[in-house]
Amino acid sequence: MIRCQNLTFSAGGKRILDAVTADAPPGRITALVGPNGAGKSTLLGLMGRLKEPERGQVMLGAEDAAGIPRPIFARRLTALRQATRITPRLTVCDLVGFGRYPHNPGHLTKEDQRIVEACMTDMALDDLADRQIDTLSGGQQQRALIAMVLAQETEILLLDEPLNNLDLSHARRVMNNLSARSRAGRTIVTVLHDLTIAARFADHVVALKDGRVHAEGSPDEVFTPEVLRELYGAEVEVHRINGKPVILPI
Amino acid sequence: MRPVLLVAGALTALFFLSLALGAGRLGTGSDAVWLLAVSRLPRTAAAMLAGAGLAVAGVIMQMLARNRFVEPATVGTGQAAGLGLVAVALLAPGAPLWFRMLVAMASALLATAGFLALVRRLPFRDPLLVPLTGIVYGGILAAVTGFIAYENDLLQYIDIWMNGEFSGVMLGRYEFLWLAGAATLVAYAFANRFTIAGMGEEMSLSLGLSYGQVMALGLAIVSVVTAVTVVTVGMLPFVGLVVPNIASQLRGDHLRRSLPLLASAGAGLVLTCDILGRIIWYPYEIPVGTILGVIGAAVFIWMLQGRRADAG
Ligand SMILES: Nc1ncnc2c1ncn2[C@@H]1O[C@H](COP(=O)(O)OP(=O)(O)OP(=O)(O)O)[C@@H](O)[C@H]1O
Ligand SMILES: [Mg+2]
Repeated sequence: MIRCQNLTFSAGGKRILDAVTADAPPGRITALVGPNGAGKSTLLGLMGRLKEPERGQVMLGAEDAAGIPRPIFARRLTALRQATRITPRLTVCDLVGFGRYPHNPGHLTKEDQRIVEACMTDMALDDLADRQIDTLSGGQQQRALIAMVLAQETEILLLDEPLNNLDLSHARRVMNNLSARSRAGRTIVTVLHDLTIAARFADHVVALKDGRVHAEGSPDEVFTPEVLRELYGAEVEVHRINGKPVILPI
Repeated sequence: MRPVLLVAGALTALFFLSLALGAGRLGTGSDAVWLLAVSRLPRTAAAMLAGAGLAVAGVIMQMLARNRFVEPATVGTGQAAGLGLVAVALLAPGAPLWFRMLVAMASALLATAGFLALVRRLPFRDPLLVPLTGIVYGGILAAVTGFIAYENDLLQYIDIWMNGEFSGVMLGRYEFLWLAGAATLVAYAFANRFTIAGMGEEMSLSLGLSYGQVMALGLAIVSVVTAVTVVTVGMLPFVGLVVPNIASQLRGDHLRRSLPLLASAGAGLVLTCDILGRIIWYPYEIPVGTILGVIGAAVFIWMLQGRRADAG
């Protein structure tokens, strides 16, 4: 369970998040949606303690996240950022291996190695294991970064637009993998722009607009033409297929 | 053959070559032992320690600045060590060597921290803007040092460490360089942290590393290596730039894995240049700094060709 209480954040003299209070229920997938510039990445950064809030708190269960020592925090929560540039020349296998760093800062143990390999297989990276990251395509790099985050094996995963650059089949692979992990008890918060995918896979939705929570609830509650019109300033049709909302722009 | 074995083999050969070379003939008996112990062994050790240290300092600098084209000798670290030395020469002329060394380290550390702070504030991250900023920054420090030295009749004094050479290295006059060797070992022990720091602040925090602490440790290693080199043998340009870039091409940047190669290659490069300096114009010597300048610049220009894309 991760709870944001009154999170306020400013940068460049501008208020970016204004008293955001939202929940990510335990063992569920929470989709963070909203227009460009709404503050989704900023909120995820605050939840992952990559930025300091001006006011407010992030609670992991009953604990204040800010009070947890960083090395321990990194074993409990991991964050995939929206645009990560990996400067050092590393192979995919090495990069994913660094996901084990919080658990084991030295040489990787057999168990670490097993987890690294499993996460690479999850992201269909087996054939790319020994390739340098900088020689990969955009989607392949994204999968490598996701595998690294998965290898951290944390109870909470924060993912900022994990489906960036991914084709249909790999997007499906990622979402199914996240579903499986949430069913295994992990708490997942992910920024998604594709609302149909959010509706299909998320249990809970938080919609941000202009640094405030615009709507929060189940996909059925949030993904209505009225809420989405106000959220995006765009007309959409919401259909239902197999009981799940399908969102089509008009 | 694996590059590490190749470099280790070459290094051993260079080591014995360096011991055998010199203006005086190596005779036999106790004279020879004395010459070896007092002059040739220290000189060889100095070249290897400085080379290994500078190569490692270079790669750490590159991880901290997140840019492949920076090294302590061009971004102000070495120049600041010089400025510190001039300050000591003016304010505390009779100060002992360890004190001069400390001041050189402290000023190197301050200047490098200043450079990294400057880089973080650069409005956009053109990979070539970072080394250019460093060159200007180092240039300003060098100019200030030169001006102060000129005003106070110390130009000859700064000449000594502006262009590195090993001809003055003798038993009792180079031992501080072992600190560079120690710094290299520390860098190896913390190699994973520097690789992670090279992935940026957010990645470091995500993996539970205190970015500030890694920065501080890296700065300390870079400053210690640079300051002891500048004070004992003078500036050795390009080692910290060329060696890490070539090692990165061969072995990648997983420092835990590439540091041994990197350190041996740095030692080998400086030793080679010192040997060349001793034979090219025999029986006179060309300072190793000059040779490194020529070879390093040539390799660097070659590296820049077509490498612009992966500079960042
Ligand atoms: N360092 C900064 N200085 C000034 N403004 C910033 C800074 N970082 C973010 N912002 C602004 O804060 C707002 C929210 O940014 P954020 O990256 O959180 O948006 P987002 O919801 O993730 O958008 P997107 O969907 O495009 O990723 C934007 O208007 C952005 O311009
Ligand atoms: Mg974003």
